[in-house]
Amino acid sequence: MIASDTHRTINAVWRIESPRLIAGLARIVRDVGLAEELAQDALVAALEQWPTSGIPDNPGAWLMGTAKHRAIDSLRRNKRIERKHEEIGHQIEAERELTVPDIEAAIDDDVGDDLLRLVFTSCHPVLSTEARVALTLRLLGGLTTEEIARAFLVPEPTVAQRIVRAKRTLAEAKVPFEVPRGPELAERVSSVLAVIYLIFNEGYSATAGDDWMRPGLCEDALRLGRILVGLMPDQPEVHGLVSLMEIQASRLGARVGPSGEPIRLLDQNRARWNHMLIRRGLGALARAEELGGANGAYALQAAIAAVHARAKTAEETDWARMAGLYAQLAQVTPSPVVELNRAVAVSMAFGPAEGLVIVDELMQEASLERYHLLPSVRGDFLEKLGRLDEARVEFERAAALTRNARERDLLLERAAATNRSK
Amino acid sequence: MRFMVIVKANKDSEAGILPSAELLTAMGKYNEELVKAGVMLSGEGLHPSAKGARIRFGAKEPTVIDGPFSEAKELVAGFWLFQVKSRDEAIDWIKRAPFGEGAELELRQVFDAEDFAPVDPTGELRDNEAKLRAQLESGAAKK
Repeated sequence: MIASDTHRTINAVWRIESPRLIAGLARIVRDVGLAEELAQDALVAALEQWPTSGIPDNPGAWLMGTAKHRAIDSLRRNKRIERKHEEIGHQIEAERELTVPDIEAAIDDDVGDDLLRLVFTSCHPVLSTEARVALTLRLLGGLTTEEIARAFLVPEPTVAQRIVRAKRTLAEAKVPFEVPRGPELAERVSSVLAVIYLIFNEGYSATAGDDWMRPGLCEDALRLGRILVGLMPDQPEVHGLVSLMEIQASRLGARVGPSGEPIRLLDQNRARWNHMLIRRGLGALARAEELGGANGAYALQAAIAAVHARAKTAEETDWARMAGLYAQLAQVTPSPVVELNRAVAVSMAFGPAEGLVIVDELMQEASLERYHLLPSVRGDFLEKLGRLDEARVEFERAAALTRNARERDLLLERAAATNRSK
Repeated sequence: MRFMVIVKANKDSEAGILPSAELLTAMGKYNEELVKAGVMLSGEGLHPSAKGARIRFGAKEPTVIDGPFSEAKELVAGFWLFQVKSRDEAIDWIKRAPFGEGAELELRQVFDAEDFAPVDPTGELRDNEAKLRAQLESGAAKK
């Protein structure tokens, strides 16, 4: 085998194995940053040795074995340093002793929960949201710093620094490498889900830049979600989130026109939706509901997405059910954005005048002041009610507020259309 | 990107001989690994070609030829659909499948709409095709 083939194989192996590798090492050394370094060391060793020795039968086990040896060395070194410190009379924190448990026992402890611990550590609340996202993509998604930077349109050094700082913060805050228990679990699960959904959404409707979508990020988030379902099969909201993402992803191929312009859900060609993903999404939703999670925030959003998915044509959409689901969602997670969506469903079920009542109330909402979808929706209702001058003002306001170039074009076009149809 | 992994048929699969319990267990484990890694979108095994048919299009009516078909190695016995970051990643997953000596798998990338861009720069063909599909679908819905 020629060297470049070996290198490509090593990259592929790394992509598949690195999360488990880092997770397993983090359990031993109790430090995510150190664990990643050790895993990288093993990767370097593979790059040095495999081109001449050939790729081992079980490359994952080889990497883990090599990394574990280095972990043991590192722990022994630490112990030696501590003993030295002891000898010269330094006080050693009692808890320090706990963080270096019996090395052999730690290594033999074959718990399948390592990955789950890594998930909870990467999404720990001591970290900023940006740091959680970057660390999750890096440690669990196996993305390089460069790939993360490209996905979020951030300079690479910024991402690199974010990751370095995140690892340091985790170490300094002595964040335990564990899955939280009891009441804390639910809270922390929701932090994990929020991070994954944030990644998905950044791919699904990019907040800035020239492209409206970055499907690669959606794929990454979906994969993380699917992994999470495998790790926590009993958590209904995990199924709810995966269902939501599968159904939304099913529309990726139908959401843009040939020149990259966005196509609204009701105008999309449903033949272009990915029906396998819809099936998977509906299956995950059923699972969430079986587990008693029908009222979870993600499951409700998935149920809403499912109403669209089940309608063969836009006209067949069950808007009354949709309005009901939004009302339920508004109770679980009250938010002006949910209210705005409810207004749309209500307008479709009971007419634009009913929707406008809800939207007019939202006009007082300070948090929506700069949210382009509010004037966009209001403009839509006004246009349908024949109040074209008012509608044009709203479309123009919406166009001025959006940061996405594609969306701005669409809104300006609608504003111009109100003039034409007079 | 998505890849289809095609499992080629052999004498046994064509004769309808079921896999051993060991292989079935190993395959179950492998599938579980794929699912847990978020890689496997779907996968199915196919009955022998004896239960299938070929429909050949000629100048007149299509002709139906019933199975079995002789060239076992050219036949498909099953497939997986993977979602992965690269072709190399797909290959590495396939290498981990619990097949014995002589088995042959084939890897094929699945087309995405964007892949047609070079021959369809304006998206016109894609749109026409989509319109047609929508017509078909609404026609079917009315029935």
